[in-house]
Amino acid sequence: MGKRPRTLFDKIWDAHLVDTLDDGTGLIYIDRHLVHEVTSPQAFEGLRLAGRAVRRPGATLAVADHNVPTTDRAGGIKDEESRIQVETLERNAKAAGITYFGMDDDRQGIVHVIGPEQGLTLPGTTIVCGDSHTSTHGAFGALAFGIGTSEVEHVLATQTLLQVRAKNMRIEVTGSLGRGISAKDVILAIIGQIGTAGATGHVVEYAGSVIRGLSIEGRMTVCNMSIEAGARAGLIAPDATTFAYLKGRPMAPKAGAWEAAERFWASLPTDRGAKFNKRVTLNGAAIQPMVTWGTSPQDVLPIGASVPDPADEEDPDKRRSMERSLGYMGLEPGKPLREIRIDKVFIGSCTNARIEDLRAAAGVAKGGKVAKHVQALVVPGSGLVKAQAEAEGLDAVFRAAGFEWREPGCSMCLAMNADRLEPGERCASTSNRNFEGRQGRGGRTHLVGPEMAAAAALAGTLTDVRERIG
Amino acid sequence: MQAFTTLRGVAAPLDMVNVDTDMIIPKQFLKTIERTGLGRGLFYELRTDAKGNKKGDFVLDRPAYRAAKILVAGRNFGCGSSREHAPWALLDAGIRCVIASSFADIFFNNCFKNGILPVILPEETVKAMLKDAENGANAVFSVDLAAQTVTRPDGQTVSFDIDPARKQHLLKGLDDIGLTLEKKRSIDDYEKRQRQEQPWLATR
Repeated sequence: MGKRPRTLFDKIWDAHLVDTLDDGTGLIYIDRHLVHEVTSPQAFEGLRLAGRAVRRPGATLAVADHNVPTTDRAGGIKDEESRIQVETLERNAKAAGITYFGMDDDRQGIVHVIGPEQGLTLPGTTIVCGDSHTSTHGAFGALAFGIGTSEVEHVLATQTLLQVRAKNMRIEVTGSLGRGISAKDVILAIIGQIGTAGATGHVVEYAGSVIRGLSIEGRMTVCNMSIEAGARAGLIAPDATTFAYLKGRPMAPKAGAWEAAERFWASLPTDRGAKFNKRVTLNGAAIQPMVTWGTSPQDVLPIGASVPDPADEEDPDKRRSMERSLGYMGLEPGKPLREIRIDKVFIGSCTNARIEDLRAAAGVAKGGKVAKHVQALVVPGSGLVKAQAEAEGLDAVFRAAGFEWREPGCSMCLAMNADRLEPGERCASTSNRNFEGRQGRGGRTHLVGPEMAAAAALAGTLTDVRERIG
Repeated sequence: MQAFTTLRGVAAPLDMVNVDTDMIIPKQFLKTIERTGLGRGLFYELRTDAKGNKKGDFVLDRPAYRAAKILVAGRNFGCGSSREHAPWALLDAGIRCVIASSFADIFFNNCFKNGILPVILPEETVKAMLKDAENGANAVFSVDLAAQTVTRPDGQTVSFDIDPARKQHLLKGLDDIGLTLEKKRSIDDYEKRQRQEQPWLATR
């Protein structure tokens, strides 16, 4: 009889459609909901005002990550507003019966690091969070996307969302990666090619030999930055790598249920002949270590390049935007990227703060010394990542090289806590956004992968990590 | 939610592409546990000097635009962070409609939850409207959601497309959660089915 071939996204969408409203809007079921302190207080308040309850507290997990200090936590949070926000989350979670990982819990960390770590993130599920980087969880073949606070309230009350179905886009990365090239370079190269709105309205499925060859951590890095290409979500088909990561995680299926789950997950990958609205292909072998020079993630070039000249840009909107970016970044056209001197290095964030990222950065840092004029921070993604890194001696490697070893949280990715850039300071950062003011007012961000960030810390300038790894 | 039917007011030009939500409302204003009062943070870093004093040269601070109700901006408006504080800040500052040639998905969606109308028009039309809007207090636009039109200061009327479902929600100021709760039986049935088919997903 032959059913219409479907994409991974089609399958997850179809399986979660609770109802279709008369006007065609889909009501889709949400399997898992992550909640943090910044985008949830108004949602809980809305429920209270309307006299509504949380429908499924057991499918929801709460953690404070954006505001938490990354230095000694014995004294609690000094900033009053931050403290109130974190206390509000704890109170709201407890009142609703939602599991909450507090600051003193080893399992606390960045919401998109702890979800996978706990096995909350499972293939074929729908996952939402009031945070645009929820796309991270797509690395497991879960349909995961960021929502606003009104939608957080909607999910808390109904465990569903009203959604207009997104389109399908496939990005294939063929061949294999060169030495010293990381998943971060892959996603930066993709964004450089398709632009910051290149995937708007689409769910992107990443495929091809390069993606298949990535570890689950690397896949999370790729899916994490889908939103920086405008995508509604990123997806990677689950496979043996996915299953091996999940087995034995606290919230993953237990023995007995595991076999049935794995069988179901194996049925999820896109069918042969399924239709994509848009297709893009990149040659993996051509991807170089990437670094951003401007104030949008699409302003990205290989490390061997120079700062581009707006005069060469034909589109007047783009030209003006480049001029503004270069003015903000304090850069002159033609300057080689590798000569750009930096003041700070940030290794962390939901993009690059998992154990593999720290191993990679430590591998570069080992035996070196952070340049005298540079302050370098390493902020693990969770308490468990921190403990694992310490068990492997990575903290000692970083400390010996002059990096600061911190407590887990979002930290300088968005500078809601005390970790931030001062006006005019320049940072090589493993985070995801180089927007104006993102890491602190007047701060200048160059996005790079963890190896590139560690190499920049030692060199004191942006540099090509491949020259440091022999 | 406040319904959106018609709107008449001054339009302010913000001729920049890829305006991100960090720019619309920077992180230091996200520490609130309220939805209100965010207007003071709207475009804060574009409007103030390093000491936090208003510079006065940002479009919304110029006398002609202080009462603006509409913003005309470059493509891919609202990209980046999912923070709903961005539409809350616009609303608090009196902006009920944003016109651009494209929007980022999450911001676009958040607007409809807050009675703000994001209007998508072709790039050339937006360019022409940016020019109109430069005429300060004389740049009065009218928006009619039911008719799906924007009337420019010279009286020319331009039509725009909008998803019919979103249009209805906005016109009536509907409470999405209330409507979804009417589907309680479908949600109950779904959960029952899922517990059988994927028992490993069962929780409280």
